[in-house]
Amino acid sequence: MCYGHRVATLYGDVILDRFKHPRYLGELDAPDATYEDVNPLCGDRIRVEVRLHGGRNGAEIEAVRYRGDACAIALASADLLAEMVEGRSTREAERVDRDALLGALQAEIRPSRLRCVTLPLDVFRAALARLRTGNPR
Amino acid sequence: MTLGERVRDDFPILRRTIGGYPLVYLDSAATAQKPRAVLDALRAFYERSNANVHRSIHTLGEEATALFEAARDRVRAFIGARFREEIVFTKGTTEAVNLVAFTWARRALQEGDEILLTEMEHHSNLVPWLLLARERRLRLRQIPITDDGRLDLPALDRLLTRRTRLVALTHVSNVLGTVNPVAEIVERAQAAGARVLVDGAQAVPHLPVDVAALGVDFYAFSGHKVGGPTGIGVLYGRREVLEPLEPAFGGSEIIKEVWLDHVTWNDLPWRFEPGTPPIAQAVGLDAALAYLEGLGWEAIRAHEADLTREALPRLAEVEDLTLYGSRDPEARVGVVSFNLAGVHPHDLAAALDAEGIAVRAGHHCAQPLMRRLGVLGTTRASFYLHTTIDDIERLGAGLRRAHEILGLGRLRSGVR
Repeated sequence: MCYGHRVATLYGDVILDRFKHPRYLGELDAPDATYEDVNPLCGDRIRVEVRLHGGRNGAEIEAVRYRGDACAIALASADLLAEMVEGRSTREAERVDRDALLGALQAEIRPSRLRCVTLPLDVFRAALARLRTGNPR
Repeated sequence: MTLGERVRDDFPILRRTIGGYPLVYLDSAATAQKPRAVLDALRAFYERSNANVHRSIHTLGEEATALFEAARDRVRAFIGARFREEIVFTKGTTEAVNLVAFTWARRALQEGDEILLTEMEHHSNLVPWLLLARERRLRLRQIPITDDGRLDLPALDRLLTRRTRLVALTHVSNVLGTVNPVAEIVERAQAAGARVLVDGAQAVPHLPVDVAALGVDFYAFSGHKVGGPTGIGVLYGRREVLEPLEPAFGGSEIIKEVWLDHVTWNDLPWRFEPGTPPIAQAVGLDAALAYLEGLGWEAIRAHEADLTREALPRLAEVEDLTLYGSRDPEARVGVVSFNLAGVHPHDLAAALDAEGIAVRAGHHCAQPLMRRLGVLGTTRASFYLHTTIDDIERLGAGLRRAHEILGLGRLRSGVR
């Protein structure tokens, strides 16, 4: 029996590409804000670092990097999120939502894995919130 | 014809296809599929005899009570208990362990006492003790495991102290499949003056269990992992240990007489079964145990040993795959955990699901064990009566394809 063809479409090309060839994985030298959190359902963990043009009070995102012990969906989601928000104003970046990420992932995500998509988003938003409250860590 | 091939038709769900692929169900350690005998028993009960138990005078009530109590008798014989009073129906293993924590342990343990667990416990046999330890200022200690996933028994001499009041351990690891030497541990624990509770959730489906021969004080298991319905489990407690205990929860059934200012307690085992019990579930459990008895332990054990002997080397051949636990098929049941280098267990499970193969992935409610193994989680394939060599071949092929697609990926890009 041959069942080979279907698994090749697992997650779709975008997720597999970002998983194997991430663009934004890593750390920043001098982040203005860092946040890290876990998905309590699976224990996956993501850390996001953000640096602004002009320092902590800047209005534009200069760079975003992430690290994670997480599944391919969460890592791809983090990678795409970083790409979507770099160079944007913090105000615009805050408007990136789950649907925007789902569109960018170009794959059918099951309800049980939606939290994998949103974990990086929640962590990124929490990092931005730290900029507002003035607590960088 | 192997047992797996012979019994396949007894499990209606195995006719299902998933995305066009015939279902390969390798998640029996999470919950077992139900043989038709169980489904028929549930249906017959609801269609013919459904009523509440114990206080109904009408015919259906008599029938329901007889069926419910017959299930208790079947369980008693199945696990080798001496008395039917020792068989308490619960919601499942978790509730059974909590029941011991709420009743016996609350009464017996005092500040400074120690509970000895193991590094391979399911959270269900850890968290109840963490809660009690916080409340009563108890000390929890753990029997460590060896690198091949067995209990480090020489450490027992050091860990069993005069403060040890309870040893609570799993009979079979839900992650590694290791079968623990319960009889030996019971002997040493009781010689040191400790009681022993055994979590049998993963043992009762796979091994003949004789609680009287093992000498345990408490033994817990779940119906749904033995092919019965969800919502029913069993707490076995030695009669002389249960007898002096008060109920954990108030309600009907647990009382003998109620006045406005006091109550007297019902006899065992009903003292610990408040409210309407899981009646149909007990009937289904009865049918599940009867089904296993019909197949016979000798055939079941031989079948599972064959599967494990076939599976371990086949899986070991998959490139970049790490297997956990003992390589000795005799030392374990048909539960196999593994990781593919660089691939998250959930991604691996999703890749296998894309070919109709159901496995479990994650921390398996055993996070301390995951830390001991140095992993975030594992993927776990667990076998049962209906598992065939063909299923294991499908798993091996699925793993090889997952390796092609996801292999040596980016897991452990490293926050921790």
